[in-house]
Order: sequence, then structure tokens, then C-alpha cells
Amino acid sequence: MDKMEHLDLYRQMVIIRRVEERAAELYQQGKIGGFLHLYIGQEAVSTGLISARRPEDPVITAYRDHGVAINCGISAKEVVAELLGKATGCSGGKGGSMHMADVTKNYWGGHAIVGAHLPIASGLALADAYNKTSGVTICMFGDGASNIGYFHEALNLSKVWNLPVLWVCENNQYGMGTAVERASAVSEMIQKASGYGMKGVRINGMDLMEVRETAEKMMAEIRAGSGPQFLEIMTYRFRGHSMGDPERYRKADEVHQWQENDPIGIHRKYLLDHQIATEEELNQQDDLAEKEVQEAVEFAESSPEPAAEELFKHIYVEE
Amino acid sequence: MAKITMREAISQALWEEMERDPKVFILGEEVGVWGGTYAVTKGFYDHFGPERVRDTPIAEAAIVGAAIGASMRGLRPIAELMTINFAFSAMDHIVNEAAKMHYMFNGQMTLPMVIRTVGGGGRQLGATHSQTPDAIFAHFPGLKVVAPGTPADAKGLLKSAIRSNDPIFFIEHATLYQTRGEVPEGEHLVPIGKSTVQRTGRDVTVVTYSKGLEISLKAAEQLAKDGIEIEVVDLRTLRPLDMEPVLESFKKTNRAVIVEEGWLSFGVGAEISARIYEDAFDYVDAPIRRVAQKEVPLPYNRTLEQMALPQVEDVIKAVKEVI
Ligand SMILES: Cc1ncc(C[n+]2csc(CCOP(=O)(O)OP(=O)(O)O)c2C)c(N)n1
Ligand SMILES: [Mg+2]
Repeated sequence: MDKMEHLDLYRQMVIIRRVEERAAELYQQGKIGGFLHLYIGQEAVSTGLISARRPEDPVITAYRDHGVAINCGISAKEVVAELLGKATGCSGGKGGSMHMADVTKNYWGGHAIVGAHLPIASGLALADAYNKTSGVTICMFGDGASNIGYFHEALNLSKVWNLPVLWVCENNQYGMGTAVERASAVSEMIQKASGYGMKGVRINGMDLMEVRETAEKMMAEIRAGSGPQFLEIMTYRFRGHSMGDPERYRKADEVHQWQENDPIGIHRKYLLDHQIATEEELNQQDDLAEKEVQEAVEFAESSPEPAAEELFKHIYVEE
Repeated sequence: MAKITMREAISQALWEEMERDPKVFILGEEVGVWGGTYAVTKGFYDHFGPERVRDTPIAEAAIVGAAIGASMRGLRPIAELMTINFAFSAMDHIVNEAAKMHYMFNGQMTLPMVIRTVGGGGRQLGATHSQTPDAIFAHFPGLKVVAPGTPADAKGLLKSAIRSNDPIFFIEHATLYQTRGEVPEGEHLVPIGKSTVQRTGRDVTVVTYSKGLEISLKAAEQLAKDGIEIEVVDLRTLRPLDMEPVLESFKKTNRAVIVEEGWLSFGVGAEISARIYEDAFDYVDAPIRRVAQKEVPLPYNRTLEQMALPQVEDVIKAVKEVI
């Protein structure tokens, strides 16, 4: 990685963090409706992971999707506009927080039914197998999703058909208020992957470099024909499951302990310790991120609502 | 024109479309080596190979889900669900994913996919394997639901479905596979979303589709002997629903009977009759009658099963009631 890329990835994480902080405010002000699942604490996971992809690699994820959207190249403007339900949002205001996509960036969305996008990811990967093209599909999902049937159908199918897909479980240790050990028969998700004859690797998701390097290696193997692999990334969400979560299922101490492990702080320290960037340069990136997000919020707030005729648009391709 | 079975007509449509477009492929349980549970894809595996005729595990959500994903990327999958009863295991993917994706992402994603499945009762398969839940699938905007009643329509509609860029749920009736009819060879397209008159008449409009068409046409023969001429309108597509030929016919006859194999409550008949009352109230000369399945899980016993399913006599009786 060259210095430019290092700075870029650092800035991406900060942009995600700032977007989410602003989103929380906008939600409190009643400007964002519905559910809002924040990614704060998990930024190194998607930032490291997506940085390891090539443009031909499709990406698909669950509803905790703002960070991934930004990593895939959707602008903060379009993300915030989508949160506000504006016509300028990446899904035209018709998707909302949980349904952000940009097909031109090979990013196939945010999907809000837990686990339902895993079989779809098999299909995305099947397209590369079928066309004999070189894409590797990255499919992200939570620990909770590993308990629904779709997970098992999709993993099994991907192995049987030897599909080029990297299954990425973001193990943030809770599905809503249910801790992994209360919902899953095994505590390590890679154990489930081994049930489908798949190589599984378990890593620390608070460390961007570890995520990036592991993902790069696994994707290279998949591209070379290894078949599907499974990456379990240990992480933690610093905020509630969604807005208004009373968080009765975990202790404040536990949250504080994890917050000590802030992925942005860890990466900042890494860049300084390895003399990749100076304090000044990083502050400059912080300012750039701050400015970009401020502009995004202004853009979104001043953007138009979708026109009434949008209501009946895009139900079918052919009427 | 050749007289072939519905099975052959469907098989022809699949074969021709696969020959025409390399992006078209089939996935499903037993579609390949076995040749299709209903022998529709017999010979396909040997000719097109395992990449294009893909046997899957018994995993309906994965079958539909994989078809969705592949279609999003421009392939044209035909996902076969062995019977419509197993579509419930994939309901989430049909309803929450396939039917929503184009709209929810503001037109960014298109899903040129077909889900082919086999529905209907009458073969003593018991309650779990004999359902006609077509109306359920027709409830969701974003999905198109097609259910042909003749071999020619089956071929023409399936070819159109494969070429369409919308997700299509294509229901074949198990007891119609042996039905014979004239089917044009080669290119033959029937538009999706167009109802049609299958028999003209002046006295009563009978609205139906799929298996109901067979029953209604038999009833028409018998009624004709009594001098009663019914006009049979075949919906062919349940969503989007084309009411034009129905209303046109009704304005002529002022009387209607709706025939379907599914259950009466909340069914296709309920929808059609409501629309006639709403849009042609001034033309109503008699209460509209519905012929449908009795409100029971379909029993195994042959006599009981036939009692529960709509019969030709039920149609004749209903027609006589509205005259
Ligand atoms: C099929 C389904 N059941 C329930 C829900 C409600 N729900 C939304 S998120 C969630 C927890 C998922 O946890 P996990 O997969 O670990 O993801 P995380 O929220 O931790 O990112 C639940 C139960 C849903 N959206 N879909
Ligand atoms: Mg979780």
C-alpha cells in the first residue's frame, strides 16, 4: 500500500464515523425515519475488506450498510440523501437506510431480511463462474445471520458448485440483544464453515491492516480457483442495534472496554508508529472528512423530495 | 400446425430459448440428470451440459436466491421449483427480494428471471402436495404471475417470460401436461398481461384460467346442447391483470361466472367479481357466481378429493343460476 492509499483508507473510516454521528443527530431531529443501524466501531471491517477488492468483485451486505456503501464509492452526499429519503439518494429515496446500492459500482446493496442475501450472493458468484470471468463476490453478514436456514443453504450451494465467493461474517457478538452464545450452537462461526468443507479464518476486525491483508490473501486464493472461503471478523458495535435500543443486554463496562479499541485510533497509531503519516497529515484528513460530511448533510437537506410520479415508477421494467 | 402436449410445448419453449440465448440456463432439483420431475427437461442435460442445466440441492431459498443474484448480473436463469407447494420455502426470496428489488433500488437492478413451477390438485397427492395457491403470488406488485391453459399459450407465454426483464412466476398445472393442442413451431410469442377470449358466446361470460379453462370449455360443450352459449375469457396472466376482454364480454352478456381451482376465499374470483361490480355495475343483470375449491385441505381419498375440486357440473350449475 502506498502512502496515498493509506491516507485514503484512514479518511474513509473517518467519513463513515462522521456520517454516522450526523445521522444519529438527524434521526433525533426526526429527519430520518424508520430504522437506523449504525456501523460505529466496525469501520475497519468494511474499509479493510473492500480495499482488498478489485472493481470486478461484486459486494453485497445486510442492512448495516452505510459504511460499506461509502467504501464501495457511493458519495457521502448520496448516502445522507438516501437517509433523508431524498430524490438524490443512491436509491432515489425509495430504499432508505437499509437499502443502499449502486450497481455501477458493483455494489448490490443493503438487504434487510436477515440472511436472505446469502443465497443471492451465491447467484452473483454464479454469474462469474458461468461467464468464466474473474470476479470474487464478497458477501457480508452478521453473526445472527448464521442461525437462519438461508446461511446454510447458501454456503452448501457455494461449495457444491465451487463458486468464487468470500463469506464474511462480521461477528459483533450480538444479534440485536442476543449474545452469540445464547443463539448459536457453536461460538466460533468458522466452525459452521468447516461443516461445509470450507476454509475458515478468524481475525481481529478492529485492525484495518489485519483485515486488509487477510482478505487480500483469501481473495487471491479464491480467484485462483480454491472455491468459497469463510472469513470471520471479530468486531463490536459501539452503539445500540438501532436507534432507541435500551441496551439492557450488555454492561456499560463491556462497551467502554471495546471503545478503548477504537479501530480508527488503532489505525491512526499504526500510521504514526510506522512513520507512514504525520500527526499533521492525519489531522488534515480529519478536516477533509469533516468538510465532506458537512457538505453532504447540506446537500441532502437542500435536495428535493422524490416527485409524486415516482410512486408508480420502477415496479416493472416492462409495463 | 403440430398437435402436441402442454409438456412438449413447454419443453420446446425452453429448448428454443436456450438455443437462442446462451445467457439462459436452468437450475432446480432434478432438472438435469433425472430430466425433470415432470420430464419437461428430458434430454436437456446431455445437450446443454451441466453448466446450463444445473442440478441443485434440496434448498428452495438457495435456488430462487441464486437465480435472483445471477439475473441481477445479466444472466437469464429459469429456476424450477419442483412444485408450487415448495415455493413456500422460498417465499421470502420471491416476495421480499425478487418482487422488490427493481423498485426499492430505484430501477438500478433488473431481474430477468423466471420461476417455473407446477401447481394444482387432482392426483391424490394429499393436502401438502395438491395446492393451487396462485392468488397468493398474484398479490405482490413487482412480480408477474402467468398461468397458461393451452399448449400454444404455454409455449408463447414461456418464451415471452424468458425474454422479459421482470421476475416472472410461471405456474403450470400438473394435470394439463398431457393436454394436446395445436402449437406453432419455432418463433411463437404470446404477450404477458393479456387476457383472451377462448370461446365466444352471447349468454354468460365465464372468466377463468389454467385448469379452470379446461373445465369451462367442457361445460360450454354441454351447455351448448341446451342452447346456452357461454363466452370463455382466459386470463392467462394474473398479474398484471388485463380486465379489458372481461369487461367487454360482460357488457355484452351482463352475467358472469368465475371459475378457478384455488380456494374461494380471497381468491381470483373474488378479485374479478369485485372489479366487474366496480367497473361495470350498470351492466349487472344477475349476481356474479364463483366456482372454486371447497374450503378444505385437499384430501387424499379420490372421491373426497373430487368433491372438493371444482367440476364441470359446478360450472354448468352456476351458469344456469345466473341466467
Ligand atoms: C428474517 C428476519 N428475522 C428477523 C429480523 C429482525 N432483525 C433485524 S436485525 C436482527 C439481528 C441480526 O443480527 P446480526 O446478523 O448479528 O447482525 P448485526 O445487527 O449484529 O449487524 C434481527 C433479528 C429480520 N430483519 N429478518
Ligand atoms: Mg451481530
